[in-house]
Amino acid sequence: MPANRFNGFTDYAVGVGLRIPHYQHILENKPLVGWFEIISENYMVDGGRPLALLDQILEQYRVVQHGVSMYFGSAEPLNREHLRRLKTLVKRTRTPWLTDHLCWGSVDGTYSHDLLPMPYTFEAAKLTARKIREARSYLEVPIAVENVSSYAEFHVSEMTEWEFLNEVVERADCGILLDVNNIYVSSRNHSFDPYDYLNSVPPERVAQIHIAGHSKFAKYILDTHDHPVIDPVWKLYEHAIRRVGPTATLLEWDDRIPSFDEVHAEARKAEKYIVAPLVVAP
Amino acid sequence: MSLLALQRQMAAALMRPLVAGDRIDPQAAVYYIKPNDRLTSLERLEIYSRSYWYRLFDSLYEDFPGLRAVLGQRAFQRLSKAYLTDCPSQSFTLRNLGSRLEDWLRRNPTYAGGRLALALDMIRLEWAHIEAFDEKAEKVLGPEDLLELGPRLRLKLQPYIRLIELRYPVDDLRVKANAASEEHGAASNTVLKRKAGSLVKRISRMDPENIFLAVHRHDLTVYYRRLPAPEFALLAALRQGLPVGKAIDAAGDISPRQVEAWFAAWAEMGWLCPWSRSR
Repeated sequence: MPANRFNGFTDYAVGVGLRIPHYQHILENKPLVGWFEIISENYMVDGGRPLALLDQILEQYRVVQHGVSMYFGSAEPLNREHLRRLKTLVKRTRTPWLTDHLCWGSVDGTYSHDLLPMPYTFEAAKLTARKIREARSYLEVPIAVENVSSYAEFHVSEMTEWEFLNEVVERADCGILLDVNNIYVSSRNHSFDPYDYLNSVPPERVAQIHIAGHSKFAKYILDTHDHPVIDPVWKLYEHAIRRVGPTATLLEWDDRIPSFDEVHAEARKAEKYIVAPLVVAP
Repeated sequence: MSLLALQRQMAAALMRPLVAGDRIDPQAAVYYIKPNDRLTSLERLEIYSRSYWYRLFDSLYEDFPGLRAVLGQRAFQRLSKAYLTDCPSQSFTLRNLGSRLEDWLRRNPTYAGGRLALALDMIRLEWAHIEAFDEKAEKVLGPEDLLELGPRLRLKLQPYIRLIELRYPVDDLRVKANAASEEHGAASNTVLKRKAGSLVKRISRMDPENIFLAVHRHDLTVYYRRLPAPEFALLAALRQGLPVGKAIDAAGDISPRQVEAWFAAWAEMGWLCPWSRSR
């Protein structure tokens, strides 16, 4: 670890999410960045500025694709047009692995554009795993699924979220994009111990880790990606690295985005944990 | 409850329009969601419902600054809510959220107040802008493609070019409204908004006229270019796939010198591509 079959046997370290307000700074100043994560859907177009700028980034940086609308957990079949466009982008970026969320978001062809929580049932796990396998077969690139933040739980659930995650990734034989901030947010919203979650994750399947900030409200926490990472999340991250080993790590900052240097500095705080982690048995 | 049934129930509930105070409709079905010690089932779903509506409102708000200027903020919000209720997203990308807005407004004209024709013109322009921004660019016509130059030659227009007919000069208005929108928060914002607002009033009092517009792209930036009617007709005929000779005939009575000047200008802007069957 971290080089494994779920991240294309790469050894990427700390990366930053590529965001529009930072384009000019990046292209003019060429900061030293391990890699950039792009939101695939922003570049699944036929031409124009998005692809031109992406090509400039690709000339100088390594890029990994992160999707937000594959909706592996939706009961409906994968969207063929979405897959076709995604494959075109995969060929362009040569992303070593590709990630999307363990969630649903569309039904009967109508899209919520949100990451909606799964009911943790065996029926849902089977369907989700089948769709992940189908997508991987078509896209010909390793896929890792990300645990999402959630604000609701379902009566029909038959297992915990981490049991569901394990059920899906084992059935799909895919990787995990472990979002430690999302584990923290969900643990507060659903009153579970985030370390129980972390300790159940199969370390050999972790392809990548996400860190981010969030917003606290009176009765719940919202995954807003608009703040620095808080200390309890860094502690979770440290624990995750101890279990998993040094792993490609990405800071997400999507709203009220500060300067590139500020975002980059926040991301680089992860380096102190992944330079020489103490790997312990799970 | 099957996965599909649960997802249908939840999607229907969270896509119900928010009620007063941006609260979720209390009639929304939530029996499948567990409450916890802090939130009821309805309150938990409300987090998702608000997120859904705010995200989609934001998307339309950003894509249609000109329509906002035409209608005013409140009428634009009413229109957004009604449109999204009738036409929820059917694409994996929010880029396509406004694709059905023109047709919808034609069927629901009351949401345009007394400015239906102006609003429809603006929607047509703003949707063309979205398409011109990221549509495909093909190989530009080169000298090697003109070896068979003659009336039977067929040419293509760049896929990113949109040719639209308008009744009002909404291109000017859109430029001003967008400047006001992009300067959001800046000191000049109020001045720009005021200028856009007074332009809306002036334009809405104008007599309709025929305006022919090419919405195109240069150096990755979208531009609007007004065209004389014959030039517009010639471009439209080329886009339809007519050979150059027939396209010129379709454009009406135009001098060879004028045709030559237009072709030279189009070539310079990279608007023409070699013909291929896949149009």
